[in-house]
Amino acid sequence: MDLHEAQARLMASLNDLSHAFQKIPGSEILIRYIQSSYQNDPVRSAIELVLVIFFVRYLLSPSYATHGPNYVKLREDEIDELVRDWEPEPLVPAQTPMEKQEADSLPTIVGPTGPKTKLSNGKTVTNLASYNFYNFNANEQVKEKAIQTLQTYGVGPCGPPQFYGTQDVHMKTETDIATYLGTQSCIVYAQAFSTVSSVIPAFCKRGDIIIADKMVNFSIRKGLEASRSNIIWYNHNDMEDLERQMQKVVQQQAKKKLTRRFVVAEGLYELTGDSVNLPKLVRNPAFWSNSSPSTSSVSAWTRLGLFGVLGRTGRGLTEAQNVDASQIDMITGSLAGPLCAGGGFCCANKDVVDHQRINAASYTFSAALPAMLAVTASETLNMLQSNPELLTHLRDNIKAMRAQLDPRSDWVICTSVPENPIMIIVLKPEVVQARGLTPEDQERILQDCVEETLNNGVMITKLKSLPARQSASAPHDGTWYIQPALKVCVTSGLSKKEIEKAGVTIRHAITKVMTRKTNRQSSVNP
Amino acid sequence: MPRRISIPFTSNSMPQTEKSGERRPSTSKGNRLTQFFSGTPRKDQLSAQQALQAMQNSPSITAPSLALPSISLSTATVGEVPDESTTLFEPPTSEEVQVKRRADAQFGPLVHPSHRYVSKHHGDGGLKAPIIDEPPYYFVLTTYISYLLLILLGHIRDFFGKRFSKKPMYQQLKASNGYAPLTDDFDSFYTRRLKLRIDDCFARTSTGVPGRYISLLDRVSHDFNASYTYTGTTTETLNLSSYNYLGFAQSEGPCADAVEDCTRKYGLSFCGPRADAGTSDLAVEVEKEIAAFVGKPDAMVFSMGFVTNASSFPALVSKGCLIISDELNHASIRIGARLSGAVIRSFKHNDMADLENRLREAIAQGQPRTHRPWKKILVAIEGLYSMEGTVCDLPGVLKLKETYKFYLFIDEAHSIGALGPNGRGVCDYFGVDPAKVDILMGTLTKSFGANGGYVAAEPHIVAKLRSTNAATQLGESPAPSVLMQILASLRIITGELAPGQGEERLQRIAFNSRYLRLGLKRLGFIVYGHDDSPIIPVALYNPGKMSAFSHEMLKRKISVVIVGYPATPLISSRVRFCISSAHNKDDMDRVLAACQEVGDILQIKFSTGVAGGQKLPAGITPENEEQWRKENGLENVFEPPRWSLEEVMAVGAADCKGKLR
Repeated sequence: MDLHEAQARLMASLNDLSHAFQKIPGSEILIRYIQSSYQNDPVRSAIELVLVIFFVRYLLSPSYATHGPNYVKLREDEIDELVRDWEPEPLVPAQTPMEKQEADSLPTIVGPTGPKTKLSNGKTVTNLASYNFYNFNANEQVKEKAIQTLQTYGVGPCGPPQFYGTQDVHMKTETDIATYLGTQSCIVYAQAFSTVSSVIPAFCKRGDIIIADKMVNFSIRKGLEASRSNIIWYNHNDMEDLERQMQKVVQQQAKKKLTRRFVVAEGLYELTGDSVNLPKLVRNPAFWSNSSPSTSSVSAWTRLGLFGVLGRTGRGLTEAQNVDASQIDMITGSLAGPLCAGGGFCCANKDVVDHQRINAASYTFSAALPAMLAVTASETLNMLQSNPELLTHLRDNIKAMRAQLDPRSDWVICTSVPENPIMIIVLKPEVVQARGLTPEDQERILQDCVEETLNNGVMITKLKSLPARQSASAPHDGTWYIQPALKVCVTSGLSKKEIEKAGVTIRHAITKVMTRKTNRQSSVNP
Repeated sequence: MPRRISIPFTSNSMPQTEKSGERRPSTSKGNRLTQFFSGTPRKDQLSAQQALQAMQNSPSITAPSLALPSISLSTATVGEVPDESTTLFEPPTSEEVQVKRRADAQFGPLVHPSHRYVSKHHGDGGLKAPIIDEPPYYFVLTTYISYLLLILLGHIRDFFGKRFSKKPMYQQLKASNGYAPLTDDFDSFYTRRLKLRIDDCFARTSTGVPGRYISLLDRVSHDFNASYTYTGTTTETLNLSSYNYLGFAQSEGPCADAVEDCTRKYGLSFCGPRADAGTSDLAVEVEKEIAAFVGKPDAMVFSMGFVTNASSFPALVSKGCLIISDELNHASIRIGARLSGAVIRSFKHNDMADLENRLREAIAQGQPRTHRPWKKILVAIEGLYSMEGTVCDLPGVLKLKETYKFYLFIDEAHSIGALGPNGRGVCDYFGVDPAKVDILMGTLTKSFGANGGYVAAEPHIVAKLRSTNAATQLGESPAPSVLMQILASLRIITGELAPGQGEERLQRIAFNSRYLRLGLKRLGFIVYGHDDSPIIPVALYNPGKMSAFSHEMLKRKISVVIVGYPATPLISSRVRFCISSAHNKDDMDRVLAACQEVGDILQIKFSTGVAGGQKLPAGITPENEEQWRKENGLENVFEPPRWSLEEVMAVGAADCKGKLR
């Protein structure tokens, strides 16, 4: 090839290149800049070039360190060997004997749940294990209404509420609940269990302060964990301790930026059955003046049994203790228990509810509640309001059951408040002490009681406290523990006589288990 | 001759002058700009709506459907076609029309028996990542500018509003009476300043069955979307928004009948958690059926899909364990992983090389700080990603699993029912033995038209989960009606109930998905995801186009879901079409026609042809396209596909059964 030709070609391509460069918008500015900065001093330009290269490299490098400080660099073959050697643990450990016993003895019901329930072994038993307090499950009117809804809406809404999953029935149910409780607005979740676990992290963020009762239930604990806020525990139902903790917070935070502060309490504690002292919490001026103005929102999270049970017309704790529902920032509850529907709700003012519609994970990322269940909730609420005798009957039954268990038994006491249909029955402290029973021993004894009671035709259940006990957000101060308990759920579907008879059965079963040889021995020889 | 029930969206009284094939000069002036920036000459096109009508009236296309009475099960129940030739025309009674219309609105009749396809992975080994097409830089730039403008304006309004305005919306952002504001203005900025502007495209309230059509309650806002006034009327729209994959959102038919009987028998609730007294024979049966369906020995059901994930991870892994999760996994997986206490790392979406690197590093380095080996490693992936429309690379993951001994958790929320020749999810789709996957989780909300979720695994794992999973111990048990819906729909899919119907449903969704995807590609849209995915995301880019697209589609009575930041990367806002078995080809054509029009108005036909859709010369099929390109040196030469609607509809049904290009 000719040298000239190559040269000419080179010149041509250089020419093209410079033409192309000049076509780029802003190229002129760049050239002018370089020319002016050059100033016959190549070192100057070289330094600038180095700066540019450094800047580009800095921009392209990852913004955080890719490896931890104690990263060990290994050769590929070393890694291969490590990979070959590594043996993972099994995905799940084996079931413990207790878990196995519980699973084996778990009754399977055949047909509908009700005051008298048929089990898979063919026996029909008195059911005191379901939250079917008013026996709405057997109500024909409710069923018909649900079937009508089925014929118009089908079953599932096939989408999350934000994407066409919200149906007119959901809006109606929300309005009904808000009206019933006397709050401005309401939001309905698709499951009760996850409601409070996602309401809390929707508002409480890192840096916020939550003062919570030590005995709050598992769902709340999960919410607290997910929120990553600072959690301060106060002794169960101890309002003085709460005040102490609040003042401590006020002192600590006095010079810091104002953060959100929440108090989390349960209306009826799932783990103990007693209820929070709301008037003391929201009304006592002495209580607030000390800590105000810096203690902010009070949030009571009512749960499960409470809603539709307490209060003159079943409006829950706020009615029972004469507190205006609007004084509580958020009230959550379940529609799946006594109301025989499904899902949970959170009542609050409009802004708080609207915030949840986008920020509460289990609302945004989950399908909406089936229309049938939403309509059922509206319907049963309506029935509860129009039939006050349901409540009176239930209360009579609770009284009758309590009379059979609490004062008459040598072994157990009931920690629930008198109007709570979920009776939490625990072993008397003196019994526990005298026999030196560990929580595991108690669990075992109570499991025996459940099985013995079932053999005599009454189905009750044990409080499932294990998840809460093992939860990461347990107050680890050495003294805190959840006492294992029996759970007896009273229903108005049974007559007073039947309730009394069931109560006698339970009492006798407990006595029988407690006086068994093996259990007596455990006391002598722990 | 079969009676033709009028399809609600085409007017048969169309003037006869507009015959098929009659070309009209383009009337739309809107896309001069597109032309300018994308640099593609645009051909004269038929007005899309007219073309659609022309297609439907043209004898050459509808001829098969007229000659053959459609062999659809959904139509078989309604009035048989009378054969006597004595009566020339017998109009259906108004009741018949009503019943038929109602059934069709929930589940459309099959137009032609050939409109079916078996969803199955073709080719051996792993799954190729879909080719992502990119728009001209102009659109990327304007997208950034749009967001910049929105954010700037929002901050300016906030700045002055907080200082001078007395409006309650600003008061909430400030501390008052010693109460810190309930929501940070930074946290709620996106909601207040960006989402509120297009809020009327979200949470549209519906009534009735979310089947083939969905009835929306009409609403207007007089205060810029802060609140809505319902006008009391409804609009029936074509439903491309619900996760009704197999069309089980029906208020009549075998499923609804079973649920009705069940409600009469069982009532409405089991009034308590599974571990108390909520374990019923119905739940046990459902668990057995689900286990058999997904091909695992045991399963458990939950009353909510979200909680299935959120509570299963803490029951499986704990401190000292590692979760390696796909970066695009659903929020429920992320929350469950966070609550479990295990260390969480993520790998690039569907990128097996990145996953392998992560695994090697994790096993070699051990736990951070202590360098102890991990107790176990759990890899969490989804079967079908709902925002991307991508299918997980299961063969690839399983290959790694042999070497690295991790446990595999697959969330089949979207893939169960929607993928595989038998609808059994990704394992079925790839022809993989489900025993190779440790945990198969899925939801019952989507394909089954019910609610809740399941976890299927080996019996000892499920037994342990039953004892330790908080949602079983404390959460409510699924309602009887929901359980029965699951049971009935499962039996229809497997063919135990109403034989043949399940198969039809499975094959229709596969056909519809491929047909629409191919059509959109050919019209010139950038479509994300894998070919068999029933979720079809179409790229929109500019934030303003999200609401515009949603509104334009609503004007054409089609409801769609738009998704933007933060659910997607900032620039790739998209519209998501969710395909169902309840749709038929006519519905898909209607969507294509609407997209053709709206695509021109909004200038969103960005496709460069890289991802397919290009018109190939005669004799070249998608199968031998690669070879042809090699031979002619056209490997990286692509022509932007801009087919006319007529062409798309003419060959789409046949072409979508081959390789989608």
